[in-house]
Amino acid sequence: MWLLPIALMATATVIAIPLSRYAAWIMEGQYRPPRLLAWFEKRLDNGAQTWKQYAGALLIFNTVLFIYGFVVLAAQPWMPLNPQHKGMLAPTVIFNSVASFMTNTNLQHYAGEVHLSNYSQIFFVIYNQFVSAAVGFCALVAIIRAFRGEKLVGNFFLDMWRVVMYMFVPAALISGVLFIQQGMPMTYHSSYQVSTLEPAAMGVTDNGQAKPQTIVVGPVAAVVPIKMLGTNGGGFYGMNSAHPLENPSAWTNFLTTLDMMIFPFTLVLLYGRMLKRRRHSWVIFSVMALLMIGTIVWAIYFDTLKPNPGLTAHPTARSFEIPNPSAPGGKRTFTVPAVAGLPVDQHLGNLEGKEMRFGISAGATFAAVTVDVTCGAVNCEHDSLNPIAALSPMTGMWLNCVYGGKGVGMINLLLFLIVGVFLAGQMVGRTPEYLGKKVGAREMKLAMIALLVHPIMILGPTGLFAATTWGTKAINNPGAHGFSEMLYQFSSSSANNGSAFDGLAVTTGFADNPNPPPTGKQWDIATGLVMLLSRYLPIIAPIAMAASLGYKKPTPFGLGTLRDDTPTFGCLLFGTIVIVGALLFLPVAALGPLAEHLGPIPFGG
Amino acid sequence: MKMTELANVAPETASSLTPRPAPRRIRRQSLFAPALLRTALKQAFVMMRPDIQWANPVMFVVEVGAVLTLLFVIQAAAGRSSSQVPVSYFVALDFWLFVTVLFANFATALAEARGKAQADSLKQTRRETPAFRLRGKDIIEEVLSSDLKPGDRVIVSAGQIIPRDGEVVEGIAAVDESAITGESAAVIREANSDHSGVTGGTRVLSDRIVVRITAASGESFLDRMIGLVEGAVRQRTPNEIALTLVLSALTLIFLIVVVPLWPMAYNAEQYMASYLGVPDSLHSLGTDVPTLVALLVCLIPTTIGALLAAIGIAGMDRALQANIIAKSGRAIETAGDIDTVLLDKTGTITIGNRHATDFIPVGQSSIDELRRLAALSSLADETPEGKSIVRAFEEQQRNREPMNIPSGARFVPFTAQTRMSGIDLPSGVQVRKGAPDAVLKFITTQGASAPADLNRVVETVAAKGATPLAVAQGATILGVVVLEDILKAGTSERLERLRKAGVRTVMITGDNSLTAATIAKQAGVDAFVAEATPESKLAYIRQEQREGKLVAMVGDGTNDAPALAQADVGLAMNSGTQAAKEAGNMVDLDSNPTKLIEVVEIGKQLLMTRGSLTTFSVANDVAKYFAIIPALFASTLPWLRPMDIMHLHSPTSAILSAVIFNALIIPALIPVALKGVRYQPLGADALLRRNLLVWGLGGVIVPFIGIKLIDVVMVGLGLAS
Repeated sequence: MWLLPIALMATATVIAIPLSRYAAWIMEGQYRPPRLLAWFEKRLDNGAQTWKQYAGALLIFNTVLFIYGFVVLAAQPWMPLNPQHKGMLAPTVIFNSVASFMTNTNLQHYAGEVHLSNYSQIFFVIYNQFVSAAVGFCALVAIIRAFRGEKLVGNFFLDMWRVVMYMFVPAALISGVLFIQQGMPMTYHSSYQVSTLEPAAMGVTDNGQAKPQTIVVGPVAAVVPIKMLGTNGGGFYGMNSAHPLENPSAWTNFLTTLDMMIFPFTLVLLYGRMLKRRRHSWVIFSVMALLMIGTIVWAIYFDTLKPNPGLTAHPTARSFEIPNPSAPGGKRTFTVPAVAGLPVDQHLGNLEGKEMRFGISAGATFAAVTVDVTCGAVNCEHDSLNPIAALSPMTGMWLNCVYGGKGVGMINLLLFLIVGVFLAGQMVGRTPEYLGKKVGAREMKLAMIALLVHPIMILGPTGLFAATTWGTKAINNPGAHGFSEMLYQFSSSSANNGSAFDGLAVTTGFADNPNPPPTGKQWDIATGLVMLLSRYLPIIAPIAMAASLGYKKPTPFGLGTLRDDTPTFGCLLFGTIVIVGALLFLPVAALGPLAEHLGPIPFGG
Repeated sequence: MKMTELANVAPETASSLTPRPAPRRIRRQSLFAPALLRTALKQAFVMMRPDIQWANPVMFVVEVGAVLTLLFVIQAAAGRSSSQVPVSYFVALDFWLFVTVLFANFATALAEARGKAQADSLKQTRRETPAFRLRGKDIIEEVLSSDLKPGDRVIVSAGQIIPRDGEVVEGIAAVDESAITGESAAVIREANSDHSGVTGGTRVLSDRIVVRITAASGESFLDRMIGLVEGAVRQRTPNEIALTLVLSALTLIFLIVVVPLWPMAYNAEQYMASYLGVPDSLHSLGTDVPTLVALLVCLIPTTIGALLAAIGIAGMDRALQANIIAKSGRAIETAGDIDTVLLDKTGTITIGNRHATDFIPVGQSSIDELRRLAALSSLADETPEGKSIVRAFEEQQRNREPMNIPSGARFVPFTAQTRMSGIDLPSGVQVRKGAPDAVLKFITTQGASAPADLNRVVETVAAKGATPLAVAQGATILGVVVLEDILKAGTSERLERLRKAGVRTVMITGDNSLTAATIAKQAGVDAFVAEATPESKLAYIRQEQREGKLVAMVGDGTNDAPALAQADVGLAMNSGTQAAKEAGNMVDLDSNPTKLIEVVEIGKQLLMTRGSLTTFSVANDVAKYFAIIPALFASTLPWLRPMDIMHLHSPTSAILSAVIFNALIIPALIPVALKGVRYQPLGADALLRRNLLVWGLGGVIVPFIGIKLIDVVMVGLGLAS
């Protein structure tokens, strides 16, 4: 049970070390490209940019990506590779999906096999997953260069090209070949009609014939590697990595999990390598590893080692007293009756919504990892996790820096780090410094702006939807669990994670859906906006911060300087992340998972 | 080393000739003197004015919350409240919210009152005094000190008060500066020297001097100092601005946390009502606005928000208690960041003068003879070196009989021409001591030649960093007196303290590098600049600054002014010239160069206090959550009760306890804010560990205990419902 997470952490770390070296080699431009690529690269490189030009290029690129995505998705009905004649998606779904894929969130308010043709999978899903993943990577590299004091932070388009061409493409090719070998479909076919082994498993037609099963296939092995490597998480199928064709075996499950970990791991080490502060980056790496281990252990312990409280007996009735001004004595007492357990063998923990093909801890491990690295692929139903185990994926999204997405996770960590350094720097009796540069009002302003966005975008909309029918009509389960569903959806959007708790009626799908979910439109628009707002401000503000800090005169290192490569610094960083995270999200954690865990069973069923 | 330098002892304060422990501080006041408390309390109410409160965003939010709660109190008192909680709860809550604001104002007011009290004692020296203005060559007119303009020349005689800051242009006088320094010993002020600066309000004790007024009315150092401590011209320092920004952002973040709680709590109420199947709507404290205000006030960093201004004022105040006037708070803050300090050898590392430590005979002469004649020649010599030779003789001779000047002997004082001093004995024998080359010249004019081993001895003495002084009797050189620099008591410890604080020490001296190296090694400085000129000082500072270092230095002469201005912290001696005082950003009223070390520590303490209290303030929030969240949802999610790990009496008492704790912690920490968190030079890592444990971990744990205690007391007093 513990072998899987341990093997994953160890393998990812071992791969990250040489990979960070390779990534630094590429990003520093020390390689010599093959001739054809060199020709293209020369055309692409329009000169090194200042941080403002770089940020501008990043925004323009994303604007173009937005328009492109809209056009591609909207054109689906008239495009080739659509033998099943899949129609037009609802406009709000298109908006949501475009926002989702360009922000590397990949929240899916549609089901791939039902609503997308292979044309859309290739030109929208695959393309976006490659480029949107590279945006965060490039931003981090720009930040590193700014920290180094370079006025010109590189060329955005060239960086983009390097990341995609020399890192994602080769890695995806290797993974893809391994996946194909394991049985993942890779074809231009769109579906097969097969007769089921069990007669009439799909029902019978009017004339008594057993209905055939339609199995949707396509370039799955092209989508999945970059889905994981780019920590995108937008699956080919609606079931994502729980689908037998998207994740055929325990081996591919290990590989997919590993795939999503390696680039976030690598980027932390790349940070240290490019800044020539490797010990510092190892301290950060260790803090992140500790947090990741924490979330994995939490998920496995409460989900795999603890029974599902919904199925367990509660032999004694519990009474609660709540104030009631209209009753005599001002109190109202109510009793939660004793509940008999269901006849379910739970010694393997909570098995609901799990793929047993992968082993018993695979679901919990995947759930924790996928949110930590903001991948968002899922191989189990998060809605079915034990209530308190669900706190683990939520925590991963709230902190959003436990390795985090490529680049952006490290950038988010820098925000916590700056806050920690600002307080600790003063505690050693000096004006706070980071990387030998004095942290002043401007840097703090930019860091705090970036830090503010995440809680606003989670708590604000969750409050809005919780109090109105927009939310209450969409949730599957009322009460605390329903609250968790809404909270999770906005957390996932704001963290640019994309995993779904499920249980929310948000899949509108086609424009001509005769029974659209009652508040699907509101969810499409709200989460779409949250994804966009939570993406760009927390990328641009830190670049500005890095530039502002990096261009200051460095102060030499002395005995009185706060060292950033010691265990003490690690504790400081850990403490800052945990306390700031707790202060921001403890109330909602109490209202959702904790209330569900502690409450009576029919409550929020 | 030339004899001229030896003899040319600068006039210094009498007390600085002997090492003294710590500067005496006469103006230190007890932290909570009743008179100060009364003033501060009154001021605390005045500061409730929103336009004043606005300057402190965190406390402004608290005040707005308190006023908002007041509206709800009025609504409840009018019987129009739909809330389930008794009106007494609202009243208590509002009371404590206002008290929180008052406490914050009180902290600032107390710090200001302490500053003002100091200023008042200074103001007494600013009273109007008659002045005697010189017009033309010798016309004297009596005017009021306030009528003087910069450039006027005034005559001040013994017993008179110097009317305004200025520079001695004629004469030499002993001046009593105790009014500003608290130091009773008189200091010498002399025209055309590095000790020509005089301060208005000080008294001339002897002689008569002509002073050129340099400060306009109301712009003297005293005025500036009074302005600074009164807080009138207090400007926020860069670090304070950044911290205020972070605190505002934290306030905003917690606003974001608290506001959505209302709809979320509403969602829980709706569901609970349907779960219980009750027709009437349920109400929890989660949708009660005053309670949410209480939560917000508990979460936002009120502790540091309340104490921030006080910490800054107290920092200036501590500098002032050390008799240092900082021209801005920024200078003090910068002092904490200093990487390199430039210390003058003389007066800072060594006590001003060299002392005789050994006698080395040359040629055929005996050591007893050398000792006796050296002492004899120095009996009438009033220079410290001369006195030290007599003292060394008395200590080293065996029979210890006191030596008297033979009657008829004539003392020959030091002159710049001969570079020797000595005595002509009644027998006609001339005894001379002086720089070896001068003495050599003295005997060669008499046709004699030096003993063969003189050169070797002189070189050995010089090689170990000491100064050789040759002694001749008639045409015979008897030997050499060894004069050595004596380190000030405690210098090594203080330098070690600086090193542990991460500050590099550099000794500046006019000595040759051989001598400098020896003293540098003895004292334990990190580097030295030998044969330093004002230009080389300036160049050294620039060099360090190019490497990104912040440099502090001490100076008093006009030729130090460029370096003082260039240095990040320039501590000018009050005894120094006007130019030096203008160029530096701090003035030490005691004119004690070792103060630089204290300045660095005051700066560090200031930053540490800010960082520690901010950390404490934020860490406090964890416990408050555990008190408040279960209370908010007690009537809609009663099963959250296990979260209430403090087992508080009731939801309302839990919230009140948290608010009361939040208020009481402010006055509890006022002493820390005013005195500052103690700085220990442990190195950054150890210091961080220590402060993280005390203020970080302590900040998490303390409120759990405090809130529980307040709850128990409230229950005990029957105040909890």
